[in-house]
Amino acid sequence: MSKFRLRGKGRVDASQPVVFTFDGKPYTGVKGDTVASALLSHGVHLMGRSFKYHRPRGAIAAGSEEPNALIGTRRGPGRFEPNTRATVQEIWNGLDASSQNKFPSLKFDVGAVNDAAYMLFSAGFYYKTFMWPRSFWDKVYEPFIRAAAGLGVSPTEEDPDTYASRNLHCDLLIVGAGPTGIAAAREAAGKGLSVVLVDENPEMGGTLLSEPQAHINGKAAWDWLADELAALKEAGVKLMTRTTAIGYYHQNLIGMVEKLTDHLAELPADTPRERMWRVRAKQVLLAQGALEKPLVFHGNDRPGVMLAGSAQTYLNRYGVKVGDSPMVITSHDSAWYAAFDLHDAGARVQAIVDTRASVRENLQAEARNRGIPVKLNHTVTATGGRLRVNNVRINPMDGSRVGHGQWIKCDCLLMSGGWTPSLHLFSHTKGKLTWDDDMTTFLPDQTPEDCVIAGASRGLWGLEAALEDGSAKAREVLAALGTEAEISEYTVANDRPGTGVTMRELPTDRSAGKAKAFVDYQNDVTAKDLRLAVREGMRSIEHVKRYTTNGMATDQGKMSNINGLNIAADALGKRQPEVGLTTFRPPYTPTTFGAFAGYHRGDHFEVTRKTQIDSWAEARGAVFEPVGQWRRARYFPQAGEDMDAAVTRECAATRKSVGIFDASTLGKIEVVGPDAAEFVNRMYTNPFLKLAPGKCRYGLLLGDDGFIRDDGVIARVGEDRFHVTTTTGGAARVLTMMEDYLQTEWPDLNVWLTSTTEQYSTIALNGPNAAKLLQPFVKDFALTEENFPHMSCVDVEVAGYPARLWRVSFTGEIGFEINVAAPHGRDLWEKLWEAGQPYDITPYGTETMHVLRAEKGYIIVGQDTDGTVTPHDAGMSWAVGKKKADFVGMRGLARPDLTDPNRKQLVGLISEDKSKLEEGAQIVFDPKQPIPMTMRGHVTSSYDQGTTGQPIALALVEGGHAKMGETVYIPMEDRTIAAKITGTVFLDPENTRLKI
Amino acid sequence: MLLIHCPYCDETLPELEFTYAGEAHIDRPENPSEQSDAEWESFLFLRENVKGPHFERWRHFHGCGRYFNAVRNTITDKFYITYKAGEARPDLSALLEDEK
Ligand SMILES: [Zn+2]
Repeated sequence: MSKFRLRGKGRVDASQPVVFTFDGKPYTGVKGDTVASALLSHGVHLMGRSFKYHRPRGAIAAGSEEPNALIGTRRGPGRFEPNTRATVQEIWNGLDASSQNKFPSLKFDVGAVNDAAYMLFSAGFYYKTFMWPRSFWDKVYEPFIRAAAGLGVSPTEEDPDTYASRNLHCDLLIVGAGPTGIAAAREAAGKGLSVVLVDENPEMGGTLLSEPQAHINGKAAWDWLADELAALKEAGVKLMTRTTAIGYYHQNLIGMVEKLTDHLAELPADTPRERMWRVRAKQVLLAQGALEKPLVFHGNDRPGVMLAGSAQTYLNRYGVKVGDSPMVITSHDSAWYAAFDLHDAGARVQAIVDTRASVRENLQAEARNRGIPVKLNHTVTATGGRLRVNNVRINPMDGSRVGHGQWIKCDCLLMSGGWTPSLHLFSHTKGKLTWDDDMTTFLPDQTPEDCVIAGASRGLWGLEAALEDGSAKAREVLAALGTEAEISEYTVANDRPGTGVTMRELPTDRSAGKAKAFVDYQNDVTAKDLRLAVREGMRSIEHVKRYTTNGMATDQGKMSNINGLNIAADALGKRQPEVGLTTFRPPYTPTTFGAFAGYHRGDHFEVTRKTQIDSWAEARGAVFEPVGQWRRARYFPQAGEDMDAAVTRECAATRKSVGIFDASTLGKIEVVGPDAAEFVNRMYTNPFLKLAPGKCRYGLLLGDDGFIRDDGVIARVGEDRFHVTTTTGGAARVLTMMEDYLQTEWPDLNVWLTSTTEQYSTIALNGPNAAKLLQPFVKDFALTEENFPHMSCVDVEVAGYPARLWRVSFTGEIGFEINVAAPHGRDLWEKLWEAGQPYDITPYGTETMHVLRAEKGYIIVGQDTDGTVTPHDAGMSWAVGKKKADFVGMRGLARPDLTDPNRKQLVGLISEDKSKLEEGAQIVFDPKQPIPMTMRGHVTSSYDQGTTGQPIALALVEGGHAKMGETVYIPMEDRTIAAKITGTVFLDPENTRLKI
Repeated sequence: MLLIHCPYCDETLPELEFTYAGEAHIDRPENPSEQSDAEWESFLFLRENVKGPHFERWRHFHGCGRYFNAVRNTITDKFYITYKAGEARPDLSALLEDEK
């Protein structure tokens, strides 16, 4: 039995020892312990170092609000987690826990020199210190900040655990299974409603777990608790432990994270580590209780100084005495009971020091009966001891005067500054808070959600009050759900109701400027920092918070916000509500990325769309690239080829004989209806009304602002039917835009739009031998210039499959696109592949497609355009119908800015030294001008694997269309490249190669 | 996550099924070419950016695919009403009265 473990006390199982290590040293705790309770049972209070000053720190609390005792936990490779609260982490055999922010060891830390230099690190330190000189940034400031920043160490391996997510719908969700929550659940149980009761702890009961002395309706508290939980379970209430309600979102959606394995020695198979629950509740009852406030005095962070209520929890719930000779400093009745419980458990309480001049007589009598010295109207002005408190300086107060101090020996100091209602989730609902002057705290007011808040979280104190409020508020909720409940009566014996006063920094006889009186333990913010922030001009609590970082640590100010507000308000001479309360935001406690990611990681992060021909490309060793969500073959390298070599070969082979290309990813939209032609004509710049069935036309789609949005070939496959193609990445956007105009601007048009992208496999054949290769597969239809000229389409059978056959070209060669029902794509591809062998048929990918189209000056929307390019800028005025009454973007094109002749225009570029230009490189007119130079455009496409014998580029250049033959300059890091402006067509300007 | 009522499906469904589509009741002029530059600028770019009840468009993207209109409070995110495209702008003061 460890030294501070009390036999027969607490809810832990002393018959089951559990061995774990802390900083490499083995410790034995018992089943039910947290790391903190187990260490405390060995008298170990020092559990970490603070973030900024590296001051030694111990656990100050016993729950999830703990700011100090942050540890790293490890369970083999990949299973390391920093910043775990030792007060929450349950121990298991083999748990490897380590302290943080220390070097080289927890007991001797070099960084603690920051503490000696604390004057340097006062409020606004970062803003003031790291300003000048500029040259210090790279070598001094940034390395310093990076070294000092961050709490704990990041894991370096991939997380091997799985994380699940689930939806849950219920009538009533109750958050918090203390007396309030349990009483509320009891009202709602057994009425045919689905009720969920959730608590972040391993077991339910909340305060009751720390108050075994109470008797509820004649039963000992823990017996009552066991019976109630059994009854709730029996009545079908869903009881969820180790589950934290992390956030309250719109319309009663509550995010909850359930931890399933962090407390287990052996990881069960097929069990996720955590499960994110998305709960949609008709009604929510919040019963999160209250959090105890620390007192603010010099040395209030020394290990051994902790919250009185937490000491009571360690004693009654874990059977651990936090010290043999405790002292108590308080401004609230509740801490007196902690002193009594510790005395009754065998500790010698050195004194109860209360800042109040008068305290309830029955408390004083109980102290006298136990022989505990009481010091009323006293303050604490210092603590002593290196890694653990060993004495405390207390002073009498007389009005505003502080008398002489005396030191009293002790081995721990239990403090209580009263209790703050936990309003976190209530605040998430955008619920309004009201300031209560008597209680010096914010209380919940109205909320827009279907939500009530009960018990200590609305300022009630004592078990009886909590139970009765839980029951009463549950009846309100049940009424809203259309159910009634009879009134439950609660009588509590040995209840501990109480009151207190709220303190700012405790009065002191010493220089307040030198006091290290901590308000935010995790971010090392002192009362002095807060007052300095106000002196330096911060007026709102939001500014004070950011200037000092008070409340910005991982505990989100659970302990520091209200003390910080009281001090800032005092410094400003204003009431607290005039200074404001910082907003609580989800999550309530730190939450793993895994819980948020859930199943969406690795291959499941995003879908990968594959064509029917993808598997063929994969078998051929294609290199793929993502285009939108599609995976497309980029090139097909042969042995020893890099990308340049493969693309050069693919380009040459296609121009020489025939290339085969998987164009299935192109977006396809079927536009059908009596008004289909009118609709297409209004959407696209080109005229479509008179396009005959069996003909194709290039289409350019603008926004109403006049800028190019998308393009593609459009085939009129019937009088009332168009087959529209879009760019691969633009398919969904274009359909959305079409639907928008059709539904909301032109609802009178009788047109139906259907996405057919995945209904077709599309195979493109390009090259001088394309027609010869394809002809034998086409039934009863001659692929001749006369019968099937360029930009035609026909429904025929190809290789026995019904097909939409198009004569189009995105390469400048004789080209066909064969659209067959998607599942036939691979078979048709293989037939063409086999028949193409005598022609040295070559499969090519997107890279070759890019080169071949650039040689012909065909644009790629999104590469040669960027959302600010008009058809005229792109040199495509020919595609804009001149006689149309209207089309989307027509009025936009007439905007004054869009008709400026000096706009950036698409041109060709040939570098003088025949080097390949960098895509994205900036262009200037005068290379000798001083830096910064005036940039006149940029390179949009550039290739040197093509068939024209020289590298080619496309670029957007100011007034480029009027600058043919002129030289521009591309300044690079090592040299400046001169380039000549040319037209955009680099090959076969007469289109002779298109002819069969 | 919001719950949104689609006036076409007549069902209240999670926000994930919907996409936002900007301010409502901005009609594309019948004859754009007759618009002055200032009028066209106003149609293209100028929006109310309301703090409070906002007339706006949504689309039941992963459902029926229809665009519809809504009045939503941009402070609280509360939807006062959703209605079909083409229907008249509802009376805001009556909606706000219902609120109380
Ligand atoms: Zn719908």
